[in-house]
This record gives sequence, C-alpha cells and structure tokens, in this order.
Amino acid sequence: MLTIRSAGWAAPDDQLEKSVLRLGFVPLLDAAPLVIAKERGFFRRHGLDVTLSRERSWANVRDHLEAGHLDAAQVLAPMTLAATLGAGTRAVPMVTALSLGLNGNAITVSSDLHRRMREVDPQAMQQCPVPARALKAVLDEDRRQGRPPLAFAVVYPFSAHNYELRYWLATGGIDPDHDLEMRVVPPGAMVEALVDGTIDGYCVGEPWGAYAAHLGCGHTIVRTYDVWNNAPEKVLGVTREWAERHPRTHRALVRALIDVARWIDRPENRLETVHVIAGESYVDAPVEVLERALAASPRGGEDAPCAAGTFYRGAATFPWRSHAIWFLTQMLRWGQIDAPVDFAAVSAAVYRCDVYREAAEPLGIPVPLIDEKDEGVHDGPWLLGEATSPIAMGPDAFLDQRTFDPEAPLEYLAQLASLRPQPRAVPAPVSHPAG
Amino acid sequence: MAQSTQKAPPSPVPQDLRVLIVDRTVDRSHALREALEREGYVVLMPPAGRFDLLRAVRELAPDVIIVDMDSPDRDILEDSRRVFLEQPKPIVMFVDESDSASIRAAVDAGVASYVVKGASPERVRPVVEVALARFRAFQELKSELAEARNSLAERKLVERAKGILMERRGCSEDDAYRMLRQMAMSRNQRLVDVARNVIEMATLL
Repeated sequence: MLTIRSAGWAAPDDQLEKSVLRLGFVPLLDAAPLVIAKERGFFRRHGLDVTLSRERSWANVRDHLEAGHLDAAQVLAPMTLAATLGAGTRAVPMVTALSLGLNGNAITVSSDLHRRMREVDPQAMQQCPVPARALKAVLDEDRRQGRPPLAFAVVYPFSAHNYELRYWLATGGIDPDHDLEMRVVPPGAMVEALVDGTIDGYCVGEPWGAYAAHLGCGHTIVRTYDVWNNAPEKVLGVTREWAERHPRTHRALVRALIDVARWIDRPENRLETVHVIAGESYVDAPVEVLERALAASPRGGEDAPCAAGTFYRGAATFPWRSHAIWFLTQMLRWGQIDAPVDFAAVSAAVYRCDVYREAAEPLGIPVPLIDEKDEGVHDGPWLLGEATSPIAMGPDAFLDQRTFDPEAPLEYLAQLASLRPQPRAVPAPVSHPAG
Repeated sequence: MAQSTQKAPPSPVPQDLRVLIVDRTVDRSHALREALEREGYVVLMPPAGRFDLLRAVRELAPDVIIVDMDSPDRDILEDSRRVFLEQPKPIVMFVDESDSASIRAAVDAGVASYVVKGASPERVRPVVEVALARFRAFQELKSELAEARNSLAERKLVERAKGILMERRGCSEDDAYRMLRQMAMSRNQRLVDVARNVIEMATLL
C-alpha cells in the first residue's frame, strides 16, 4: 500500500476508506454548507452518508474530533492552529483543506453603550464603520470616574471574532487586555448577556449580531468585513491522524462541500438556504433574521464576494496559508502563544492546499496555483491570475490600510506591536538618559 | 476511570473543599449536591436560571468545578483558565456513556476528570479527589516547566543584550554584564527587563 502510494499512484476516489460519517456543526450561518449538503443530497452525490451533530461548545467540537466521535467538523479557523500548537489546551494536530466561507461577523454594542458613544463623539458615530475612538472616549471617562471597565465578549479565544474585535480596538488606541474585560460567551447566549448587562458589547458570527438589532437591544457598529475585507472565518477541521487514515474520504468530503458552496452562493439559492438552516434542528433562528444576515451587498460586480457571508465566490473555499500565518501573528500579538513559531512549517502542516486541489480537480473549477497571497493590498476587486483559470477576487484590505506579507510575519508583528498601547506599569525613575 | 471498585471508608474531606456544580439538569445536580454534602464537601451552586458563570467562579472561589461535557458553559470555563491564570481550577465533566472511553485521553493529560452520566452520586466523590490530585500534580509539572523555559528565555535575552553592548561599546563581556546590572539597580528593574530595553533600543537605532 505504502509503496504504491509513494510511487505516485492515486486510487480512484470512489473507493472510499469510510463512507458513513458524522460531522459536527455549531448553530451559525456558516454551518450552511454542511446543512445544505446534507439536506440537498450533495454528500450523497459524492458517495457519503452523513449524519450531522449539533454541538454546543467549541471545546466539545475539539474534544469529539480528537476522540473520534466526529469525523470532521465546522471549526473556527484559528482552532486548527491552536490545537496543533497545543495553545490553551493540549496539542491535537489538526488539518484543514477547506475554508467554509468568508466574512459574516459583526461588532455589536448595547443600546446603553451606543447612547454613551453618541454623547461623547457624535461625529464618529456617523461613520461606517464606527471608529474605535468613540469607545475609547467612553473608556477614558469611566476611568476618570473610577468605574469598572466595560466587558466585551467573543465566542472563543481562538477565533477570527476575537482577532477582528481586538484589531478594531487597537486602531482606536484601546488595549483589550488592560482597558476592557474580555470574556467568552457562547453565541446563543450573547444577546441575553447584552440585555442583562453582563456584557456591553460583542463580536459574533451571524445571525447573532442581526438578532440583537432585531430585538432592539443592541446596535451593530462594525461589520468585520470593514476590519478585514473577506476575512476567513470557519474551516472544515479534521485531526491529522484522521486525514492520514482517510485521504480519499477527506477529498470526497471537501469536494462535496466545494460543490455545495458554489450552489449556495448563487443568488437564486440563497432564500432556500435560509429556510433550510433556519430550521429547529439547525440554527433555529427566525427566517427574517437570517435573511438580513445573508443580505447580499456585493461590491465590485456579480462575481465578487459580498460583505455578508460568502461561501464560494472569490476563492472563498480555498484554505489560504496566508490566512493561517495571519492568525498565528495575532496569537503572538495577544500573548496566546509565547514563543515565536515556525510560521511556514505550521501553516503548511495545518492548511493543506494540496488536498484542496486534488479534491477540486474533478469539479473542473478554477483553482489557485499559489498557497499564499499578500493580504491588505487590494482595496477593490481584482483578478487572481495564478490560478488554473483567472479567478475574480474581492478586496482584502485592512481597516488601517496596513499590508501583510506572509513571508515576513515578524516584521508585520513588529509594526502592529508599536500600535499597541504600552501596558500601564509604574514608570521606573530613570537616573541617566540612555546614551 | 470513574468507578471506585471497593467502597473506601469515608475519610474526612480535607479543609472544606468547595465544589461548584454548573449543571442545568436540576434533578441530577440536586442529587449530586446531597451526596457531596453528606461527604463533607461545601457545595456551591449558581442561582437557578441564567447566571454569569465567570462571576460565579470568581466570587464563589471553588476548588473544583463540575460541568456537563455538552454544556455551552465549557467554552467559558476554558477561557476562565486564561482569566484566572493565577488560580486555575480542576474540572470534572459529566460525559455520556458512549464518550467515556475516548475521553480518557483528556483525563490522562490531567486537564479534566469525568463522571459517566447516570453514575450514582456516591461515585462522584472519588472522582473529585482524583481530579484534585491529578490537577495539582499537573500544575506543579507545568509551573516547573514554565520556570525552566522562562529562565532559559531570560538568559538568552541577557546574552543578546550583552552582545549588543559589547559590539556598540567595544567592551568586554564582563563589562557589558556589569553595565546591565548597574542599569538594573539604578532603575530598580529586573536584569531581564533592562536587557529587553537594550535590545529594543538597538533595533530602533
């Protein structure tokens, strides 16, 4: 077997190592590819008999993947890296060969905080996205009055939400770990926590941002699209061990999900998608809230990804290694990992562009030929030429117009670190100015 | 594993151990509470209905937390390890029968212990004790490791700072070290912090 494989012979994918699979999902809009693939027969078409398992915490998803109760799952993209590095938990090497989509998060604040921000900086509140300086002004006032810091929540420490929220805060000179209380609240409990005052704001995936607005208890002040255009969000995660034992099944799974992502992204299928995932056994949220969350606002033509959740357009399914490297820089930036990592090696081990290409090949779709791209360099639609045929891409700009070269992550980090306000330490008396 | 094969004679629970039960299955948590209280534990339960788990952990200061593996509260508890870095808590999880074998991996890592759902409340006590013991051992190991890693990292920083001073000032290694120590003393800083400043300054210039 091994000798055959090393000789470069690829077995036909119709001989799957395993065809009955259990996949985990968390009730969020971007579970859509898994749910629709199940409900509309995409898994079946690719030879897979899939059961979906609704999971109630990200910790549970990870543990069940590790234990083998789930074959694969919708996971927060940075979780695959954190689990591999053993950050925040013990090390469970994971891989991903598929991005489940781009965008779709929003920063929402309570009505009360929104009112205070309007009072201190009415001008800022006219802007879209709202600049973080309006929040900074509120925080400064609170500090002068000796009030406790405000609390902001994300769903999990290793999540795009967390890094997007922190990125936005830092552009306003706010150090999340010193100026705020940052905490974790499960997505389904966010709105309640906002209502009862446990938290003052949050960054979460749809539909939970739209839901607060729907109930009239919060205001969305930033779509994270505006923090990083077309930022990665969830991926299909499997353990490395599972991927090694089931290469053909893995490819079939990735293929089925690329296939369904293409289907979901067609405007005429969006309404049907919303109706299916709104169901009780899936996201269990009102159709109109999900519709609002999915409302297409395309920028740069029909083919470009839209600011709401994007599933296929603009190479949205491709696991860009530059995304992985960016997440690693943020883990370092916020002290989630303490030693510099080998960015290239870790991202290559976890983000398997090669598996994606093999999986996509029979679909005959255009596929990127490069594994990473510079981020933050396009503020409008552009054409990716380094692909099997050119791919219409969406912008990838950051809120502060900074650019990110995945070949030079430490330099990028050094620039960002200088933005970070200094920790408030008692200044030591300096006897002689440094020579 | 969760079960204790023979019934140990009830020994007094050391210094009023505080157990926080985070379980929204009311019947189970009440049965558990009674059993643990009979054994001499101080059982803490968040108020019924919605509650702020982070605050509960902070204010009730439990020694052990018991939680359902399928509970959404687990993400909060995982993060509470970041929030309460100085005082992490051992966690005991209720798991489904079908999950128990595979969860052993996590248990072996000393991260959490588990009780199979439906186990009699009496079974819980030995698990809590094992959880505590394992957790303490794990914490010790971790802090030893962290210490070793820190001192190595700090030594490297001092070495780098010395190198920079030797190069810029054309002085000997001993002189460079003395300079660093002098700066540390006059600024009332740790040697490693001074070293870090020197390195930072050098990258700026």
